[in-house]
Amino acid sequence: MRNIIVRVIARVIIPFIQLYGFYVVFHGHLSPGGGFAGGTIIAASLILYVLAFGLVAEEKRVPERIAQIIESLGAIVYVVIGLVGVLVGAQFLGNKIAGFPLGVPGRILSSGSILILTIAIGFKVASTMITLFNHLIEDEKEG
Amino acid sequence: MTLMHFLLLLFLIICAIVVGRTNDLISAVIVFAAYSLIMALLWQQLASPDVAITEAAIGAGVTTLLLFGAISRTGRMEK
Repeated sequence: MRNIIVRVIARVIIPFIQLYGFYVVFHGHLSPGGGFAGGTIIAASLILYVLAFGLVAEEKRVPERIAQIIESLGAIVYVVIGLVGVLVGAQFLGNKIAGFPLGVPGRILSSGSILILTIAIGFKVASTMITLFNHLIEDEKEG
Repeated sequence: MTLMHFLLLLFLIICAIVVGRTNDLISAVIVFAAYSLIMALLWQQLASPDVAITEAAIGAGVTTLLLFGAISRTGRMEK
């Protein structure tokens, strides 16, 4: 099960998967992709880590408590950024009309609040997926 | 519609029928991953690369692993 080939290949390939996932998340407003797709790619790299090194080693790297905090924080950030528009006097999730600086088109730091929302969605989706998979696996060991 | 699109669509339909008709659930999950891969190619050909990335990550990656986890808790063969 814990093959040396699987472990070495996983150790080599996991950083590249995570780098691509963060690229998709951070360029969500410039190129195809976004928070959901990028978060799923990050979660897939963590699932590969679980399959190669076991659930115990993964729990040390990403404890379940931290994953739950990140998940809740993503939802809170999304709602708070959305409510900024209401507080200013525009609609929910208002972007330019709520006073976010738009920046230069084509740069990463452009398009106002969309980048913050995409990062929040990415972290929430990644932590949700890894929590789902961990629960499915650890129940199998107990029962 | 080129010949390539016809071949992809034919393979897609065959995969969908096989997923429904096979009794071995592990085979069904593997064929379902192939279905998702063909579907991602077709989304890209239909000029929506956003959906294609999501389909490749969700359909071919995470869904396969979650269904394998579910099969390992139940039985392999359909009754």
